[in-house]
Amino acid sequence: MSELPTTHDTGAWSLPRRGEPVLSVRDLHVEFRTRRGTLQAVRGVSWDVEPGETLAILGESGSGKSVSAQAVMGLIDSPPGHITSGSIHFRGRDLLGAPEVEQRRVRAEGVSIIFQDALTALNPVFTVGWQIAELFRVHRGLGRREAYQRAGDLLDRVGIPSARQRLHEYPHQFSGGMRQRAMIAMALALEPDVLIADEPTTALDVTVQAQIMDLLTDLQRDLGMGLVLITHDLAVVADVADRVAVMYAGRVVETGRVREVFTDPAHPYTLGLMRSIPPLERRTASLDPIRGTPPNPGALPVGCAFAPRCAFARDRCREEDPALEVVEAGRASACHFSEEVRRDG
Amino acid sequence: MADPSGAGPLLSVRGLTKHFPLTRGVVFQRTIGHVRAVDGIDFDLDPGETLGLVGESGCGKSTAARLLLRLIEPTSGEVRYRGEDLTGMSPRELRQMRRNVQIIFQDPYASLDPRMTVGSIIAEGWEIHPEVMPRGRRKEEVGNLLERVGLERAHADRFPHQFSGGQRQRIGIARALALRPEVLILDEPVSALDVSVQAQVINLLEELQAEYGFAAVFIAHDLSVVRHISDRVAVMYLGKIVEIGDSEAIYERPTHPYTQALLSAVPSADPTVERTTRIRLEGDVPSPASPPSGCSFRTRCWKADERCAAEEPELVDRGGHGHPSACHYAEPADVLGVRRLGS
Repeated sequence: MSELPTTHDTGAWSLPRRGEPVLSVRDLHVEFRTRRGTLQAVRGVSWDVEPGETLAILGESGSGKSVSAQAVMGLIDSPPGHITSGSIHFRGRDLLGAPEVEQRRVRAEGVSIIFQDALTALNPVFTVGWQIAELFRVHRGLGRREAYQRAGDLLDRVGIPSARQRLHEYPHQFSGGMRQRAMIAMALALEPDVLIADEPTTALDVTVQAQIMDLLTDLQRDLGMGLVLITHDLAVVADVADRVAVMYAGRVVETGRVREVFTDPAHPYTLGLMRSIPPLERRTASLDPIRGTPPNPGALPVGCAFAPRCAFARDRCREEDPALEVVEAGRASACHFSEEVRRDG
Repeated sequence: MADPSGAGPLLSVRGLTKHFPLTRGVVFQRTIGHVRAVDGIDFDLDPGETLGLVGESGCGKSTAARLLLRLIEPTSGEVRYRGEDLTGMSPRELRQMRRNVQIIFQDPYASLDPRMTVGSIIAEGWEIHPEVMPRGRRKEEVGNLLERVGLERAHADRFPHQFSGGQRQRIGIARALALRPEVLILDEPVSALDVSVQAQVINLLEELQAEYGFAAVFIAHDLSVVRHISDRVAVMYLGKIVEIGDSEAIYERPTHPYTQALLSAVPSADPTVERTTRIRLEGDVPSPASPPSGCSFRTRCWKADERCAAEEPELVDRGGHGHPSACHYAEPADVLGVRRLGS
């Protein structure tokens, strides 16, 4: 299907062209059924990522920003979690409809995920080297010696000093930044087409965060993979992402190229976020925050979920939930008054 | 001696040091070393001003906050409140001091007693300091405080778990303000909050400071928030202040390589620009249990040489840059300069 060079055997999956998504989520609904009621965690979320592209999913706590990625990775515990509708396509094939064994292969070799907390993602009773070598032995059929060799190369590639010696250390012997590097090495061992990074630098100090973001963008360029970056940090999005999907109360409320979305927001929530952060480059007189607090996902308001906090809201917003509609090529906003927001912003 | 005139700094910190012992063994504990959490810091806090204290985890900024109130005992050094040394205070004097110096913690979930109503949490300080508020006016005043921090009078009868993180932080602020303190120590007060709520709390703190006139030590790792709120900024690294000065000077003309690297590491929230300077430090912060000889930053510093390994640089203004910096080779640099990206 494509002339793009690939770094590994692609098996049965067709290789997408640049400009065609490698992973796409369509109209996904996920709910959590608890004794206290049903929480609509994700209410019709769609996004996709192309090879070599970085998509940021931006949202605050409770927005559902991690839920669609968890659905991709099969990490939603059921019960209480249920994917009630929607589809996930990897290289054009429906993942949710595929047999279990195929889903597992995609999740092992096609899409990787890294988390905020590397210590819980690494197994404390095995050495870091063993955990990486294991991947090469199971999935690539390498012998012990060669697997360790490759693991050492990989630790070196992610910037771990004296990588060969550190293969034999346990996760707790690594610092926070080094653990994050080790987790990235594990995630990239099988050269996935898509890497999902869920708040990868939130627990790290700013100087280490900068190192890790540089590493991720370097590796992405080298490997040509799609990167889905889930974060609450607008500056990280501005710095590394190509496109952004802004989430609020389980929905994507605005999406488009980062530069356009951040300089000319078409949804009042995006505009409010931009006005809530003080810039580093100059001193500001006062901030103009969004009023109120995010809604409880168990008791969403009728109409637009953002209406109770919105300065643009009218009666229509409290009756009719706006759909995510195209506002210009490559950009969409879920607001009845997006034109007004753009004029004011 | 106490300074009744009110002239001079409210808080004066000199050589403040806290070394935590590292022990081994369960029954026969022996000390095998010390973590130098705070390693000799000096600064003053003037009435009404806000001093930002920034640094990465493990730099000692939260330990410093606790030392300022003597919530933990310093290893050495002194903290003077209106001229009087906290370390020599009797329990009674200490109580009086703490009426005037209040603290707000990062975690609004852990710092409020879950079994007390919000009203009794806010009024609790008046039990210890009854002179601040006559008994008959307390209920009324709790309501006023709740309204002042953006909550409702009726919330006084509820419990902390019935509130969101941002609301709990407002309760913590009301509790601290109930005693009309002269100094507020804020230890990462907005770090646990979502961006939209964080901005509300920052605005509230600024309004309250204008109204009540307290001085503040604002501890945070978010350099944008610190710039927004602080008059002066102190940058900490491995238990020491490496640079201190007016906010403007620290952000526009930082002279210590660590300050420069720290600022350079923060991405800009404007996607149309790119920083012209890019400093990337290698490695992690060394362990405060075995800091490097000489300058503690030298293991990650691109300017380091033999002198830095041998001789610890003092926090002084070497080249007439206008503010002190603990670097032998202090030199101002504009690290926040940007260039506009083409489309």
